[in-house]
Amino acid sequence: MTGPNRVRFYQTGTFTVGNRLLDVSVGSVQSDAERNNSLNSGHRACQGCGEALGARYALDAAMRAVDGRLVVANATGCLEVFSTPYPESSWRVAWLHSLFANAASVATGMAAAMKVKGRRDVRVIAQGGDGGTVDIGFACLSGMFERNDDVLYICYDNEAYMNTGVQRSSATPAAARTATTPAAGDQPGNVFGQGKSVPLIAMAHGIPYVGTASVADLRDLEYKVGRAMAIRGARYLHVHVPCPLGWGCPTGDTIKVARLAAESGLFPIFEAEAGEVTGRRLIRRPVRAEEYLKTQTRFAHLFNPKRDEARLALIQRIADRNIERFGLVEQEAVA
Amino acid sequence: MKKPFAITLDVGTSLANKTGSWRTERPVYVDRLPPCNEACPAGENIQRWLYHAESGDYESAWREIMKNNPMPATMGRVCYHPCEGACNRGKLDTAVGIHTVERFLGDEAIKQGWKVEPPAVKSGKRVLVVGAGPSGLSCAYHLRLLGHEVTIDEAGPVAGGMMRFGIPKYRLPREVLEAEIGRIEKMGVEIRLNRKVGDLAEVMKEGKFDAVFLAVGAHVAKRAYIPAGDAGRILDALQVLRKVDAGEKPLLGRRVLVYGGGNTAMDVARTARRMGAEEAIVVYRRSRDVMPAHDFEVKEAEEEGVMFRWLTTIKAEQSGTFTVEKMVLDEHGKAKPTGEFDTIEGDSLILALGQDVDLSFLEKVQGLSIKDGVVEVGPDMMTGCRGVFAGGDMVPAERTVTVAIGHGKKAARCIDGYLRGAGHRAGAKHEVASFERLNPWYYTDASPSVQPMLEAARRSSTFDEVVGGLDEGNALFEARRCLSCGNCFECDNCFGVCPDNAVVKLEGKAAEAEGRHYRINYDYCKGCAMCATECPCGAIRMEPETI
Repeated sequence: MTGPNRVRFYQTGTFTVGNRLLDVSVGSVQSDAERNNSLNSGHRACQGCGEALGARYALDAAMRAVDGRLVVANATGCLEVFSTPYPESSWRVAWLHSLFANAASVATGMAAAMKVKGRRDVRVIAQGGDGGTVDIGFACLSGMFERNDDVLYICYDNEAYMNTGVQRSSATPAAARTATTPAAGDQPGNVFGQGKSVPLIAMAHGIPYVGTASVADLRDLEYKVGRAMAIRGARYLHVHVPCPLGWGCPTGDTIKVARLAAESGLFPIFEAEAGEVTGRRLIRRPVRAEEYLKTQTRFAHLFNPKRDEARLALIQRIADRNIERFGLVEQEAVA
Repeated sequence: MKKPFAITLDVGTSLANKTGSWRTERPVYVDRLPPCNEACPAGENIQRWLYHAESGDYESAWREIMKNNPMPATMGRVCYHPCEGACNRGKLDTAVGIHTVERFLGDEAIKQGWKVEPPAVKSGKRVLVVGAGPSGLSCAYHLRLLGHEVTIDEAGPVAGGMMRFGIPKYRLPREVLEAEIGRIEKMGVEIRLNRKVGDLAEVMKEGKFDAVFLAVGAHVAKRAYIPAGDAGRILDALQVLRKVDAGEKPLLGRRVLVYGGGNTAMDVARTARRMGAEEAIVVYRRSRDVMPAHDFEVKEAEEEGVMFRWLTTIKAEQSGTFTVEKMVLDEHGKAKPTGEFDTIEGDSLILALGQDVDLSFLEKVQGLSIKDGVVEVGPDMMTGCRGVFAGGDMVPAERTVTVAIGHGKKAARCIDGYLRGAGHRAGAKHEVASFERLNPWYYTDASPSVQPMLEAARRSSTFDEVVGGLDEGNALFEARRCLSCGNCFECDNCFGVCPDNAVVKLEGKAAEAEGRHYRINYDYCKGCAMCATECPCGAIRMEPETI
């Protein structure tokens, strides 16, 4: 099984960003005092923004992987709005924004241009939020997968349209309260639909590489970006990035909440090559789904004024299903 | 104009946007007091010396211990390590084996011959220390470090006090004790043996001493009234331990009774087994769960075949037969007689009922106040008589070697203040880094290293050390189990998790100048508190902004 280089080391091992007791060669990109800071200070993301953090994690890792030869297309969304109110830009990478729906297509064009110019060394990343990926840019994304264009598409999933005021997207989880799915009526919050897993859809395209990652596991995220950049063709990375404002959690709890999502099984972290799952991040300290839900006011109606046992059980079932489907709990070692 | 790779438009950088103005709370790096440090009676900075040991820098680690405790090899063996009881790691898996690492460092120092040099500048002041036990030695050491001249007068024929007369060899090999005392002597501390101070004022005047530290210990055994046909069968524990230490073989017989439930009772029962007693029976008036002896001592004694008679008092002796009475515990845990009697056979009875202080030499000292058999001292360790300080077992406190070491240090600093006419003011204590302050997610699982034990069969016949030390690999592993509670250990989490790049990582000289490895850039810090939440060790505090 593949995965990041884990040092299961006394004290903190590789769970922390750095570790003074380990050789610098196994240090994370983020622990490097000279890291690129692809998304620089002064951006206008809210306090504790998971997306700003995830974008820096991912692009810094990509910049290191391709030695700075990188161009980025960005879909409309929080990430674009908070980083580039003209004439200020927070980007320390070559960066282009066109429309909400077409980031994948713009990136396809960039990749084609580089090919024509004979610049095979310059690599292309497209990025956007869940709105620009799972909803609005979905057709362009599917086309990019189908043609196997040489692009890594990164979706920063904060589970709703945040910068316009927290409207539901098709990545919004069941029961979550948003501006368009208020906590009112006898079924408050978002509907229990069928769900829409773009990573699984990407796998159905049979593209070379698909991964999910979280801001709660930096090493895993950096490993996956590195892995993706080592492969040519269409690749997809789906990063879970909590939004304190939209989810209703303290600004300092972004990583904690993301960690609970992964540890409960609600956000499965895995990777797949050519349509087959090849790796998963195992749950380290299992928690019930409600431990995750409790941290956010968007789920408060599941607990107040009284516990909504039926729907809590349904959400737990989603988590259990993920754990089983992706094998997120270590099986007893066969003697 | 030359533009960076693939850039065509002129743009400004967002660095022009100082997002620090959004902040209502600011993160501040703090050093919280680790619970181990708080619990240490000698005031060691345990977290700090473990930090050095973690990177394999054993000499720095040892020197950090030596700032507070001059006898790490000894204390690593005999201290009851209250630090480990307080250790936050105990709430995760098992406390860090602090004493095992301390012992390793102490032994390493003896092996490598590491020394501490007193300062070249002399204060010109002379201090007399009465008693070469842990407290006196510690005080002398610290006074030397402060530049004073020190003379110790010891009544006994050797230095060490209770560390020698109260602690058997199998717990503290004498070569270890002697090496550490020798190191203090080499710093220029004069130890005058076989000198019992009779008239303190006279000795002070004669030696032109400017101050004195009294640390005579508690060596007078408490007695119990037991009518005996043959008083020769009744001995006291310290007498026995002292004789054994001097190489004598006190006549104990085949079947030895030990009366008492403290650590000394365990020590003397275990010593009796080693002296050839086939049976050693501890007789204690209360039950095991309320006995003052430490659990590990009781366990080790049991492993060596020591037997116990709980809830029993000894009433009388007649030709090797001891009349005993059964006791019951009342609701306050006090032992009450039942009127039911029984007999136990025994060749000898060793009393281990505690010790008193011999205060006769202080009779002529003016202003001294004595209460409950001990000398009263102020918060600066000074007695009612100016310039006369006291510590260790002869002042009101818990009677352990570590407390004594701590008293010695504290007294030395107060004596120094007294001699300079400035007084001594200890720094304010930092807020405690309780478990709730930590983010335990980041710590990996690591079970403690086990110290090797001498097999039980050999333990009842020899005085070889029972508990072995760790080797370097184990000691390093054990040191690295430390959570570094409340004090930054450079994990880069704050630097990594800030969504605004508002944490600056400092390296080399910059870190040295700042005294920290990170700095918050308040121009951009929005005050989200992610760094504080994700700090594993609780070394960042959020403070409200004042406008």
